[in-house]
Amino acid sequence: MSLADPTVDTISDHDLARPDPGRRGRSGFGRLLRSEVRLVFGRRRNQILLTVLGLVPLIIGTAVRLSNDGGSGDGPPFLNQITDNGLFLVFTALVVSLPLFLPLAVAIVSGDALAGEANLGTLRYLLTVPVSRSRLLVAKWLGSAAFAASAVGTVVLVGLVTGIALFPVGRVTLLSGTSVALSEGLVRGVGVGCLVVISLLGLVTIGLFVSSLTEVPVAAMATTVVIAVISAVLDGLPQVKVLHPYLLTHHWYDFDQLLRLSPDTGLLLTGVGVQLAYIAIFGAAAWSRFTTADVSA
Amino acid sequence: MTNPVTIAQEGRSAGPPGAAPSAAAVPDPATTDSTDVADVAIASTALTKRFRGGQVAVDAVDLAVPPGAVYGFLGPNGSGKTTTIRMLLGLVAPTAGSATLLGRGMPAAGRTVLPRVGALIEGPAFHPYLSGRANLARLDAADRTADPRTARHRIDAALARVGLGNAAGKRYRQYSLGMKQRLGLAGALLQPRDLLVLDEPTNGLDPQGTREVRTLIRELASDGTTVFVSSHLLAEIDQICSHVGIMSRGRLVLQGPLAELRGEQDAVLTLQTSAVPPAVDILRGLGLTVTEAGGDVVRAAAETAGAPAVQDVAVALVAAGVPILGLALTRPTLEELFVALTGEGFDVAR
Repeated sequence: MSLADPTVDTISDHDLARPDPGRRGRSGFGRLLRSEVRLVFGRRRNQILLTVLGLVPLIIGTAVRLSNDGGSGDGPPFLNQITDNGLFLVFTALVVSLPLFLPLAVAIVSGDALAGEANLGTLRYLLTVPVSRSRLLVAKWLGSAAFAASAVGTVVLVGLVTGIALFPVGRVTLLSGTSVALSEGLVRGVGVGCLVVISLLGLVTIGLFVSSLTEVPVAAMATTVVIAVISAVLDGLPQVKVLHPYLLTHHWYDFDQLLRLSPDTGLLLTGVGVQLAYIAIFGAAAWSRFTTADVSA
Repeated sequence: MTNPVTIAQEGRSAGPPGAAPSAAAVPDPATTDSTDVADVAIASTALTKRFRGGQVAVDAVDLAVPPGAVYGFLGPNGSGKTTTIRMLLGLVAPTAGSATLLGRGMPAAGRTVLPRVGALIEGPAFHPYLSGRANLARLDAADRTADPRTARHRIDAALARVGLGNAAGKRYRQYSLGMKQRLGLAGALLQPRDLLVLDEPTNGLDPQGTREVRTLIRELASDGTTVFVSSHLLAEIDQICSHVGIMSRGRLVLQGPLAELRGEQDAVLTLQTSAVPPAVDILRGLGLTVTEAGGDVVRAAAETAGAPAVQDVAVALVAAGVPILGLALTRPTLEELFVALTGEGFDVAR
């Protein structure tokens, strides 16, 4: 078939589908968002990231089951509770994934969001479709946030299934010593998952901002991971205690409050507030950069 | 040696008036902003881009592309064509000056104007791990004006139109350079367009593909679509353009209808003969200025005014017994035009 094949009936069809600017507002955004989500989750690299995250609870659970030993206080938190109640595998896996695996997964996807499109050159075509830069930024944020949620969801779900399959599951003994029904334990588990997702949203936004600064996706990914690591390092230095409350990662492990009979809601809200602050600041920075920058890639 | 226009005009005793952009066709963006029907498809006023390093990539360019034209935007690599196109499309903010597309000011009116504009900018760019069809679906999904119910149909039609129907399901990374270029064109043809901006559309295509693109451009133009096509290959564009604009070192050194620009150039009479000295005498006798005589070739500037027609020259030569091995009247190619205007070769500018 040639470029100029006269047998192809295109002209009349084109006339029927005359573009009508401004006709479809919100549904148009829904379509962009679906396309964005499909792009993120359809990418082999991102599927592998989720698979690796799913392996974390699987490996921990298998190791604990085979050794039939909850350990004697060594190892990550909740590890010795797993043999009593498989539900704790979820929490152990989250604690193990939070220092590196989860931030890495989030940084790879959010750091790639804009820089990846710029690097491929697809950004200039999206913008001349046209997609407004603000809309694209929001779609990219939502796509990256959806991936962060799925990353946490994968750890929680695989942890839960593995825990149920390998260990006894019943009434849940909370950290405060009280035991609650399994159903309540599950609800608290879902709450923990949500808290962890929220605590990653600040990093999602930072990744998106860094991504708007460069056309080299790897640089954006690495920078985002490094920011998370630096925050964790500073959080471990008592000398900079004054900074601690404002650090991105300071409240990441507060989710254990939900495993107490009376959680410190003030502490949890502070953690959420810090994330909202990071979202607001870096969201604004990303917007101001991305909506004004020359696209020369 | 800063202003090629000046050099070109000084270098030629009778400099063509067309060297200056035809000011009549340049509208004031402020007055045309609100009109829906544009009397120019693309216009720019003193459009300038100075990069952060201080380098002036585009220097006070006044484009005027009439609707329905096939406008060849020519210039060597690095002459500022792509930066100009990026400014027209709202990707790069101009340092100074303004531009309108289809009568609306850019980039402010991008939301309403760009859906009517198909673009190929500095080569195709797609996601390598998605198929050709999935890549077009992504572009279509991003278009708020596109009807999702007709998406499948429009995508298939665009793929068929560029001859990619059979490779639609293949991953983009497996495409050859020519196929990638075709997919880029398909992206520009997803919707009916009033204006196509095609930056180097034949890059990477084989001669057959190049011919096909030229045919496609002619077809689209005959439907009334204005086509703004850039190229660093002058000969390629020569054949399809109604208008040309020539860039050199960031400046638009020439712009206008191609026929007019050609007409302003002196035609050259080339005579091949075994008797050069008598031929020279006869040509001079006919009032022609002989520019070159040597070997078995005589060239003369065949001025449009007062010059004898070629057949009269032939008759005079034959009457004088000068053997004619060959006689031709040629107009300069775009490349020669460019060299004449800028005094430099059509090479990378900087």
